[in-house]
Amino acid sequence: MPGSDATSCGILRVVAGAEQTEIGTGVQGMSDVRTGVYVCHCGSNIAEKVDCARVREFASELKNVVVARDYQYMCSEPGQELIRQDVEKNGINRVVVASCSPRMHEPTFRKTLETAGLNGYLLEMANIREHCSWVTTDREAATEKAAALVAGAVARVAFHEPLEERFADLKQRLLVVGGGIAGIEAALKVAAGGYQVTLVEKEPSIGGNMARLDKTFPTLDCSACILTPKMVAVAQSENVTLYTYAEVEKVEGYVGNFQVTIRQKARSVDTSKCTGCGVCYGKCPTRVPSEFDAGLGTRKAIYVPFPQAVPNKPVIDREHCLQFTKGKCGVCARFCPTGAIDYEQGDQLITEEFGAIIIATGYETWDPAAAPQWGYGRYDNVLTAMQLERLVNAAGPTKGKIQLQDGSTPEAVAILHCIGSRDENYHRYCSRFCCMSSLKLAHLAREKTGAEVYNFYIDLRAFGKGYEEFYNRVQEEGVHFIRGKGAEVIRKDGRLAVRAEDTLLGRYREVPVDMVVLNTAAVPRRDSEKVGQVFGIQPSPDGFFLEAHVKLEPLKTATDGIYIAGCCQGPKDIPDSVAQGAGAASEVLSLFAAGKVKISPVVATVDSQLCSGCRVCLPLCPYSAISYDEVNRTAYVNEATCKGCGTCVASCPSGALSVRHFTDEEIIAQIKEVLAV
Amino acid sequence: MMAAFEPKIVGILCNWCSYAGADLAGISRTKYPANIRIIRVMCSGRVDPTFVLQAFAEGADGVLVSGCHPGDCHYQEGNYKTYARAEILEQLLEQMGIEKGRFRLTWVSANEGEIFASLVSEMVEEVRALGPFRPTRERFAELQATIGREVAPAAGAGGEGND
Repeated sequence: MPGSDATSCGILRVVAGAEQTEIGTGVQGMSDVRTGVYVCHCGSNIAEKVDCARVREFASELKNVVVARDYQYMCSEPGQELIRQDVEKNGINRVVVASCSPRMHEPTFRKTLETAGLNGYLLEMANIREHCSWVTTDREAATEKAAALVAGAVARVAFHEPLEERFADLKQRLLVVGGGIAGIEAALKVAAGGYQVTLVEKEPSIGGNMARLDKTFPTLDCSACILTPKMVAVAQSENVTLYTYAEVEKVEGYVGNFQVTIRQKARSVDTSKCTGCGVCYGKCPTRVPSEFDAGLGTRKAIYVPFPQAVPNKPVIDREHCLQFTKGKCGVCARFCPTGAIDYEQGDQLITEEFGAIIIATGYETWDPAAAPQWGYGRYDNVLTAMQLERLVNAAGPTKGKIQLQDGSTPEAVAILHCIGSRDENYHRYCSRFCCMSSLKLAHLAREKTGAEVYNFYIDLRAFGKGYEEFYNRVQEEGVHFIRGKGAEVIRKDGRLAVRAEDTLLGRYREVPVDMVVLNTAAVPRRDSEKVGQVFGIQPSPDGFFLEAHVKLEPLKTATDGIYIAGCCQGPKDIPDSVAQGAGAASEVLSLFAAGKVKISPVVATVDSQLCSGCRVCLPLCPYSAISYDEVNRTAYVNEATCKGCGTCVASCPSGALSVRHFTDEEIIAQIKEVLAV
Repeated sequence: MMAAFEPKIVGILCNWCSYAGADLAGISRTKYPANIRIIRVMCSGRVDPTFVLQAFAEGADGVLVSGCHPGDCHYQEGNYKTYARAEILEQLLEQMGIEKGRFRLTWVSANEGEIFASLVSEMVEEVRALGPFRPTRERFAELQATIGREVAPAAGAGGEGND
C-alpha cells in the first residue's frame, strides 16, 4: 500500500523515495524569487490520470523554479517535511503545491510554510485533483492540463508578498435563531459557559416541532416531559435573552462582530404587565384553526399556542382579531385584569452585536394536498402523521383520543411511509425519522384503539440506538407490515382503502381501513430561502442549508462565525438534533474562549499617488469600507471592514485600487501562463 | 496533418460558489473536457473586464466567468456588478467582432457540480465549432488599445483574415 507506506515511514526514506529535479542556480528574471514546486500523487487519485513525473520535469524548466519534486502524499508529515527541508537547504522563498483544491488544504500548507520560517501567503496551490484528475478521462489531456495549472501557479506565486494576519476583537455574545430543540440546546450550552446568548424565535413560543409530539421513539418517553424543562431553563437563564414572535431582519459585519437587526413583531400585549392568567383567550369570541394542532382544533384570535408555552404570554393574531378587522370588540382589553392588552403596539426594531450566530430554524412537513392520489383534503379520515401526533397527545384537540371524523374509534388504520420522500416526483431524499415515527404511531394507535394497523413501507430504516429493537417490539405487538409503497387511497364501501403492490408477495393488494395516516416528507421551511439570503448562507440541492464540509465541518457554513444545527441542515431525529445543537455550541465556545478573531489580510489598498479621487468605488462597496479622504482627496479603505472581494478594484479607472493576494499582475500572469501550455 | 483543434478556455471563478461547484464536479467524478483552465478569484466582482480581453489577447479561444447566483453572493452584491459590467463587455466584444459564444457569464452554486460540468462541455463544443480565435491585425490593435498594455501577439495572430 503506497498510502500507508508514505505516511508511516521516516524522513530519510521519504526523501530517498521522492523523485526530484534540482536546478540550483540559473534563476532568470526576478533574482530574489526562488520557487519550489511539489506535485502530489494523492495516492492514485492524481497519479492515475496525471503523469506526475512529467509535470515535475515540466515545472523544473519554469521561470524562478529552483526545485521541483513529486511525492505520494504532500499533506502527510513527510511530504510537508520536503518543503521545510527545501526552505532550509535550497533557500526557496515561494512554494507551489500542485495537489487538491486550496479549499481543502491551503490552511495546511500555509502552516507548513510558517513552521519553515516562511510567510504562509508565499504559497500558491494548483488544483490538479478536483479540477483535473477527477474530471478528465484522457491521461494525456489531464497531464497537459495539470502542467498548465502548475505554470499558472508558478507565474502567480512570484508576485505573492508576505502578509500578516490581523486580529480583531470579538463580541462574546451568541445569537441563536430558532427555538426548537437544537436551538434550545445550543443556547443552554453556551449560556452555561458564562456567555450572553440571545435566542430569537419566529413563533409566539419556543419549543418547535418537538413540542407538538406526544411520545418519542424508541423509548416512548413523553416529549413534553423532556422538552419543557429545557424550555423553562432557557427562559430562566440569566445569560439568555429571549425574543419570541420575532425575526432577524438584517445581518451585517463578520465573524466576531455581527450587527443584527431583530424585528420584534407586535404582540399587542404588554408582556411586562401580563401575568399569563388566560382570561383574555377564555373570553375571546373568535375561533381560528390551530396551527399548532395541524389544523385539527381551534384557537382564539388572542392565544398562546399550547398550554406549556414559553413565554406563557398571549399574542393577538391581527389577521383574525375583530378589533383589527372590524374595528370593534375589545373584549380581551375589557376583561384583562392588569390592563396588558395594547392594540396600538407597533413592531419594534432591535439592533444588537454578536460574535457568532447559530441557525437552527428547523423544518416543516410537506403538504400532501399537492398529490391527490393519497386523498388528503379529499376524503375524511386521511390525516398527516403530525395530525395523528396531535390526536394522540393528551393535550391535543381530542384529549388523546384517536377518533374518526364522526367520533367513532377506527378498527383499521393504515400508515403510509415515504409520502413525498424517496420519490422522484416530490423529494428524492430520505426524511430519516419517518420510519421510526411511523413505528411509534403504529404502536400508539394499536395500544389506544386495539385497531389493526398496517404499515406500507419501501424499506424500514431502523438505524439508531435501540431502533431495531423497537421495530421488533412493534412487530411482536401484531402490527402488520406490507412491503410496498402506498400508491393510492380510494373510497370503497363507505370506508377507505389503500392500494399497493406487496413486493414480498409479488401481488397487488387493496386493504380496507377506516383511517389513513400519511407520513409526509420533512422539507425546508417555506421561508428558508429568505433566511439564507439574510445570513448569506447557501442551500444544498435538497433546499436544506449547506454545511462547509459534509463530513468534517457539518456545523459550519461557508461564512465564518455562522453555524447550523438541527433539521435546517437536513432531516434528523431528536438525538441527532440535540447532538448538533451541542456541537454548534462547542464551536462557538472555542471561538469565544480564544477571545480574538483572525482577520484575513486579503483586503483592498489604495495607491494615493494614483488615485484621482473620482469616487467611483465608494458606492460599490457593500460594507461601506471605502470613504473619501477630504484632505488628501483620495479614496481610503478601512481594512477592518473590507472583506477583500475586489469588486472596487475592478472598477478603478486609474488602477489605484488593488487587492492583496489577488492583484492585477498576479491574475494576468496566471492567465498568460495557463494559456502558454 | 494538423491535430484536431482543441480550444483553450480560461475560467475565472469566484471562490465561494463556482469554484466550489467545480470542486464538487471533481468530488463527484463528473467528467468534462480538459480544455478549461480555472483561475480562482474571491468574487466574480473582482473580474476586471480587461482580464477577459487579456485572455483573448494571450490566446484563449473562450473565456468563462462564473459567480454565485443572484441573491447568493458571499459579498452581498458583487455578482450584480459583474452582471452589469458583462453587459457592456459583451457589446464591446461584439463590436470587435469576437463571436458571442466565446465569452460567457454564468452563475454556478457550490452544489451545482453537474451543472458546471455540463456547462463546460457545452461551451467547449460551442467554441470548437467556432474554431480557433485568430484576431486580425485590426482587431488585435484594437484589443491592445483597449487593454492599454503591451501584449505579445498570440500564435497565429496578426494574419490578414480568419483563415
